[in-house]
Amino acid sequence: MPQAIAAVNDFVVKFANVNGSGSASANELFARSILRMGVPVSPRNIFPSNIQGLPTWYEVRVTEKGYLGRRGGGVDMMVAMNPQTWAEDVKEIEPGGYLFYDSTKPMPSSMFREDINIVGVPLTAITNATYSDARQRQLFKNIIYVGALSVLLDIDDNEIKRLFGEQFKGKEKLLDSNVKALNLGRDWIKQHFDAASVKLKVRRADNVGDRIFVEGNNAAALGAVYGGATVCAWYPITPSSSLAEAFQAHCKKLRHDKGTGKAKYAIVQAEDELASIGIVIGAAWNGSRAFTSTSGPGISLMTEFIGLASFAEVPAVIVNVQRGGPSTGMPTRTQQSDLLSCAYASNGDTKHVLLFPEDPGECFEFTADALDLADRLQTPVFVMTDLDIGMNHRLCKPFHWDEQRVIDRGKVMTAADLDAGKTFGRYLDVDGDGIPFRTYPSTHPTKGAYFTRGTTKDEYARYSEEGAVYVRNMERLQKKFGTAARIAPQPLRHSSPKATRYGVIYFGSTSPAMTEALDQLEAAGNHVNALRVRAFPFAQGVEDFIHEHDRVFIVEQNRDAQLRTMLMSEFVLDGRKLVPVLHYDGTPITARFIAAGIAKELGQLKVVSFEKAAS
Amino acid sequence: MTYIAKPRLHHPSLVKNKAGFTRRDYEGAVSTLCAGCGHDSISAAIIQASYELDVLPHQIAKLSGIGCSSKAPTYFLGASHGFNTVHGRMPSVMTGANLANKNLVYMGVSGDGDSASIGLGQFAHIMRRGVNMTYIVMNNGVYGLTKGQFSATADKGSISKKGVANSEEPIDLVSLAIMMGATFVGRSFSGDKHQLVPLIKAAMAHQGAAFLDVISPCVAFNNHPGSTKSYDYVREHNEALNRIDFIEGREEITTSYDAGTLTTVQQHDGSILRLRKLGEDYDASNKVGAMTRVQEGMAAGEVVTGLLYVDPSPKDLHHHLNTVDAPLNTLGDADLCPGSSALEKINASLR
Repeated sequence: MPQAIAAVNDFVVKFANVNGSGSASANELFARSILRMGVPVSPRNIFPSNIQGLPTWYEVRVTEKGYLGRRGGGVDMMVAMNPQTWAEDVKEIEPGGYLFYDSTKPMPSSMFREDINIVGVPLTAITNATYSDARQRQLFKNIIYVGALSVLLDIDDNEIKRLFGEQFKGKEKLLDSNVKALNLGRDWIKQHFDAASVKLKVRRADNVGDRIFVEGNNAAALGAVYGGATVCAWYPITPSSSLAEAFQAHCKKLRHDKGTGKAKYAIVQAEDELASIGIVIGAAWNGSRAFTSTSGPGISLMTEFIGLASFAEVPAVIVNVQRGGPSTGMPTRTQQSDLLSCAYASNGDTKHVLLFPEDPGECFEFTADALDLADRLQTPVFVMTDLDIGMNHRLCKPFHWDEQRVIDRGKVMTAADLDAGKTFGRYLDVDGDGIPFRTYPSTHPTKGAYFTRGTTKDEYARYSEEGAVYVRNMERLQKKFGTAARIAPQPLRHSSPKATRYGVIYFGSTSPAMTEALDQLEAAGNHVNALRVRAFPFAQGVEDFIHEHDRVFIVEQNRDAQLRTMLMSEFVLDGRKLVPVLHYDGTPITARFIAAGIAKELGQLKVVSFEKAAS
Repeated sequence: MTYIAKPRLHHPSLVKNKAGFTRRDYEGAVSTLCAGCGHDSISAAIIQASYELDVLPHQIAKLSGIGCSSKAPTYFLGASHGFNTVHGRMPSVMTGANLANKNLVYMGVSGDGDSASIGLGQFAHIMRRGVNMTYIVMNNGVYGLTKGQFSATADKGSISKKGVANSEEPIDLVSLAIMMGATFVGRSFSGDKHQLVPLIKAAMAHQGAAFLDVISPCVAFNNHPGSTKSYDYVREHNEALNRIDFIEGREEITTSYDAGTLTTVQQHDGSILRLRKLGEDYDASNKVGAMTRVQEGMAAGEVVTGLLYVDPSPKDLHHHLNTVDAPLNTLGDADLCPGSSALEKINASLR
């Protein structure tokens, strides 16, 4: 008998499926039922750039402690439903782990491993005996395995039935047939298998609280609604497409006039990303709040327009759901590798504001904030999320909206201002923050009109290529960038209980893995202070943090240590002090990777300092 | 370029239009284009059309791309907001601007390089989308600012100033616009203001995607023998299908012109287009016929001008999107932000 991994509320189950087989909703049902038992889960889709037929996986980390990053290592249970990937799926199971498979067809023993536990359920035989329709056979097979797993893992079937009830409200027939399929799986295990031999168990807990379970793209789209966006222009690109689609869905519910049924928004699926950003810029120039969502290759296409918006000082919000680059790269894998291409997008001396949300909660918050910031700063603002946040359900604190909050349009001069004799210089810095006043088109019959252009101009928007005029404008833009550093989301600090000379800087989707890594490091006696950067331009607090420490680890999900490059150049720092910890294979970074990387470096650093002391 | 600055004060006897503005109120800065440039004539026609239409100057938004033509908006409608965007991408910016405020009059000005070469994609898509606008291409078949390279509308066999013959097929923007779904398509010649001004007025009154291809000879690089976009060539080969009288509202006005065959087209906003047909019988509401006539003209080496196609009841992008009557840029917190109680419900649905 192989050993059997025993774990309560702390294990990883991975589902290996075929794309397009209807497994996604069954797998999500599995994850949600555990959540309903008060036990946090963190699921991740691992999918190919394909519609139907290729392998797809769904990995569920069950984590009572609430560590929502990917755990890493092998899996404790593999639900192997895809013959195509059988060999690699079986290989991925931890010794002592469990293989759940469809045992309808006998398989040679060479297909299995001796150090794992086998749970064979004749899923195909059960479905064939029950259903005659091919599509039903396929769909209910997924529900049957969820039923079987619920007995094996002690998942409360009442929670699953409640989820069915919510999903199929008013569709009693569907509800009944799903419950029936669930029970087919449950009954088979009860009659044919000793569920106690599987020692991975879910036990009811109270660690979910009032948190919500949502994808970052959905959350960012809702943030755009709350932030007052009225125009959305986009071009389909993985992994951002579901963001614009979610915006449409939210608007359908929240943004139609009750009397006339008419839309208080406009969404255009443009012909390409150049047109998407062009539409956003045109709308924002004309006084609407507008945004686009895209991914790395889309940013490459938008670059010229981003330069125009920055130099002509037109607001724009761009949500970049990052994926693996360069070029077409890894369309369905995650990375944080567009920092440089966004921060310095376009020709000439350009710099742009970037926000780094850590989870769907901040996707909501930062997208709404970005709309305010773009108006206040009159410049493009990027919300830098990624596939890991955008396309996976993540547990996060509930969305919050301050009822007192109002849309902040920034410095807009009105017809009344102009009639009162206020001086209007479109690019005139009147109060020292580098931000000028603007007028919307059609503000006043005779005053306040100006010509917006990408060429250089003076304070009154008059074309000028005079050196002194140009330099004045460029310096004002630099000053405005300084203002951005003060009003953008500030970094968050997490201090080690013990004083330490070591710090770590991280951002975005690395956050849950970092929380866990800090616990692991602390437990091993490695004390590290941490700072989560939430925006570029960097706040003063970021530079202070670096100066407070002898060594600062910079954890990123890209090859070239892009954040580190930006820190070095923006603060003029000695790079030797900034130690990169880089994960960029397209999978989400893990706590194990971070903790091991930092511990290794810390070990070496200590050796170095010991040698120094000895010499 | 003109060196004489215009006096800022207007003569008190200048006639005001119904909106209370004189023709001078629709002018812009002094042109820096070459003396004799066809574009300046088109600018003058835009000024005249806007004045005659009684549009409030600030209710027009003018947008352009990059090039000589795209510089032109500086030289008309000085009281209107303008946006000189990036090369070939004015259509998307105009689309966005139009989405933000459906109530303004949108005047897009572009050139043949801007619309037919670098910007062909955006040109096609703005027509497809039915953005309510007037889109004018000042078409000279040549890149002026970069000194005389062929553009994509240069005719095959046309000779550049340096003596090089163009070997590539021309793109006919008029045919393309009709095919892409523009609901008002005309062609004119910068040197023919009697045809051009009413065409621009009618295009501005049209509540859909209106496109005007205006042949505009480049005096510096495309006004020599061998060019098919020179003043002489266009005058000799101009085959006008119709003369258009634009009548605002429903009131008929008598015309002093000789009557030919007359057809009246009433546009959605009530304005009336009276087409005086020249030559053969031509029906501007027949899309297929328009395509055929333009192609026949091209085959015969004619520059077919006039109102080529009009759909008197166009549906624009806002119609398709079913947007509220108020411009989107006027909606405030109460319209846009669903508030915290709606958010609580959303939170509850995500647990």
